[in-house]
Amino acid sequence: MIRLISILAGLFFTVALGWALILGVVGLAHDGLPTSAEKKFHEHPKELALASDGMFGKFDRQQLQRGFQVYKEVCANCHAIKLVAFRDLKALGYNEDEVKAVAKGYKVPAYNPGMGEMKTHDGTMADHFPPVVYAGQGSPPDLSLITKARHGGAAYVYSLLTGYQNPPADLPKENQPGAGLYYNPYFANLNIAMPKPLTSDGQVSYKDGTKATVDQMAQDVSAFLVWTAEPKLEKRHQTGWAVLGFLLFATILAYMAYRNVWADKKGH
Amino acid sequence: MAQDAVTEAPEQGDGVRRRDFINIAAVSAAGVGAAGVLVPLISQMSPSADVLAESTTEVDIGAIKPGQAIKAMFRKQPVFIRNLTAKEQADAQAVATASLRDPQSLEDRTKPGKANWLITMGVCTHLGCVPLGSAEGEPKGEFGGYFCPCHGSQYDTAGRIRKGPAPKNLEVPEYTFTSDTVVKIG
Amino acid sequence: MSFPWANEYQPQHPLMQWLDAKLPLPRLVYNAIGAGYPVPRNLNYFWNFGVLAGVCLVIQILTGVILAMHYAGNADLAFNSTEHIMRDVNWGWMLRYMHSNGASAFFVVVYIHIFRGFFYGSYKAPREMIWLLGVVIFLLMMATAFMGYVLPWGQMSFWGAQVITGLFSAIPLVGDALHTWLLGGFAPDNAALNRFFSLHFLLPFVILGVVILHIWALHIPGSSNPTGVEVKSESDTVPFHPYYTAKDGWGLGAFLLIYCAVVFFAPNALGHPDNYIPANPMQTPAHIVPEWYFWPFYAILRAFTQNFPLLGIPAKLLGVMGMFSAILVWFFLPWLDRSPVRSGHFRPTFRKFYWLLVIDVAVLGYCGGSPAEEPFVIISQIAAIYYFLHFLVVLPIVSSIEQPEPLPFSITEAVLGSDQAASLAPAE
Repeated sequence: MIRLISILAGLFFTVALGWALILGVVGLAHDGLPTSAEKKFHEHPKELALASDGMFGKFDRQQLQRGFQVYKEVCANCHAIKLVAFRDLKALGYNEDEVKAVAKGYKVPAYNPGMGEMKTHDGTMADHFPPVVYAGQGSPPDLSLITKARHGGAAYVYSLLTGYQNPPADLPKENQPGAGLYYNPYFANLNIAMPKPLTSDGQVSYKDGTKATVDQMAQDVSAFLVWTAEPKLEKRHQTGWAVLGFLLFATILAYMAYRNVWADKKGH
Repeated sequence: MAQDAVTEAPEQGDGVRRRDFINIAAVSAAGVGAAGVLVPLISQMSPSADVLAESTTEVDIGAIKPGQAIKAMFRKQPVFIRNLTAKEQADAQAVATASLRDPQSLEDRTKPGKANWLITMGVCTHLGCVPLGSAEGEPKGEFGGYFCPCHGSQYDTAGRIRKGPAPKNLEVPEYTFTSDTVVKIG
Repeated sequence: MSFPWANEYQPQHPLMQWLDAKLPLPRLVYNAIGAGYPVPRNLNYFWNFGVLAGVCLVIQILTGVILAMHYAGNADLAFNSTEHIMRDVNWGWMLRYMHSNGASAFFVVVYIHIFRGFFYGSYKAPREMIWLLGVVIFLLMMATAFMGYVLPWGQMSFWGAQVITGLFSAIPLVGDALHTWLLGGFAPDNAALNRFFSLHFLLPFVILGVVILHIWALHIPGSSNPTGVEVKSESDTVPFHPYYTAKDGWGLGAFLLIYCAVVFFAPNALGHPDNYIPANPMQTPAHIVPEWYFWPFYAILRAFTQNFPLLGIPAKLLGVMGMFSAILVWFFLPWLDRSPVRSGHFRPTFRKFYWLLVIDVAVLGYCGGSPAEEPFVIISQIAAIYYFLHFLVVLPIVSSIEQPEPLPFSITEAVLGSDQAASLAPAE
């Protein structure tokens, strides 16, 4: 009885799916596989090698400081990094006074319960980077987590920053950048509202003497945004090796103990 | 139970000791691993980085007239900042320090040249209630300082325990005057 | 139950004797996972995964209780409190990565455990109850994992909550009311987040309870084994401790090596980048997918693209029915597969279909993780058809017409070869 019911149930699902399948195949035969210009012209992120890559990755603090400078002088006009606290900047190799000086340069909004209104105060070590008020159209995303929030991570950010170009000649009309949009094949739908931010070499002047080419600035700020997204990366790698080392040792011991215990049983 | 493995294995002199050793080592390694895991499990309950970062407070004391006090927030706890009148200072100094439960003079509890500024935690040393007496109109207790309503501890004008169950004087936090009107606590 | 030759707990120390007389907890443990539980001597490494699943549950409960100490179940605070754990809480980043990857590890282990059961016929009499409880555990795991994924309140969290609760709106008549009731609103918000948090905390302990029942039920007939032949004599078994504690111990080490490699060196590999974007009720991500462990079922859900011919049952309802049936059918497995032979080793026809099912589920998984467009829809339709046919048609038919290969006389014979077995096995 149960087998009869089950076979009937099986036939029910087969018919439901088979009918959808037939219509799907007919539709496919009629229309062919879907293609879109977005797929055709979209490009995967370029290669980007950073010191933080891989299982031994560590941050290059000089690069993080340069990246922070690019962020502060270019990106910060529109993008916030609200999840980063000023005190975190010490991890970039700045000393306490330098961090305090950076913090003091920001006005941090704070609710004043006595006055019942918002006011601002100079940033302190305990504060986070304040939100950025963007006057134009659209909503520039917060960059704190951007390298973890996009496929491709830092390489995507780097590619996007260096990927602005003229639309190819064979780009369909509906995919041409409209008013206030810019063609960038690394962006999901090819047209991005952000104007090219890194426009010319020497846009920032690095204190450590590194030549501030557009490519260099894009790499540096991408490295910085890896840090803002995953500040505990170095500790994670270090702890990881200690844990794996110990586990390997313990597992080998456990395996030897297992062989011991089973030594008197044939077949193992 | 760990010995079962060994006792069941055939006796063969040195071989048994070596086997014994490996089994004990494996169990010990598991123990070390378990102990290692406890470190993050326990330390996660300590104050997090953002809590530690908020451990200093700056307070503007310019508007506090003699005889007045304010409550400020320091590490999520109240701090009493009190501008003592000359009489209150004299009262505090008149007491024989040695006779006190927690012997401290007013000078021990204030900064040199700023004996009128009594800055103490607003946390009763008995069981942590907030004593009354910092705000206008609140009872100041028999000794003109602070009075804790929870269990009746009485503090004098130097914030010293004079009567009731509290064991210690109100704690004086670390602080510095960054100017004549601004004090930085912590 | 117990085999007559099972070791009996005999406390030596007076304190343990006293305890045994008042509360025989050590005796319970001894008989459950100690020397008092005789286990077939021929278990292969696929039998390690039950214990590993238990370990995963413990990891999840431990790290989860800790995360709950720092997490804020409020739509305005949830995302930032998760990042607070990642940035400010001591070792918070590690505990959270252990928890999020622990869910994946739990499902990997449990899927292997389930497919071991499929192959070796572990669901067959007298072990039906173990199997039924196992399916209940799996359903509870799915509910728990889904609600846990909502808690960080990222884009995938939010839209996952929207879509999965939306499944219930497919139910005729009461669907929309049910949907609103589940969410406590018209879209996921505080009410939904808070109840998911509450249930996400509760359900693991319910799972723990059912796991105890699962193990209890296991100890009635004792463990199955790769030959599927029941235990006949003492020479077929070894005491769980030290033999299987040692084997599970080293298996655990190997598992933790892989798990920790992921936690420390690729902690986001199994997640989706969109969940690092705060929830935005005004914008759906371009390509929403659940976590990988739901992909096969998600593919079945999406395979139903047309209303049922003639009867006009809506495709949306069919998809929901199909998805739930894909799991519910497991409840009937002990009665669908009637072959008296348990192990796939001795069932040549069944074995071929078994591997076809493994491939089929992998294909469904791949389609479920891909965008809802051709050719993935057509492939998932074909794969979903096979999935249902396998359980509902192939197994009942194969099990009644198949000619199984000869079984070994006993476990001992299978391990030692027939000559020695003859002298060892039935003598008593």
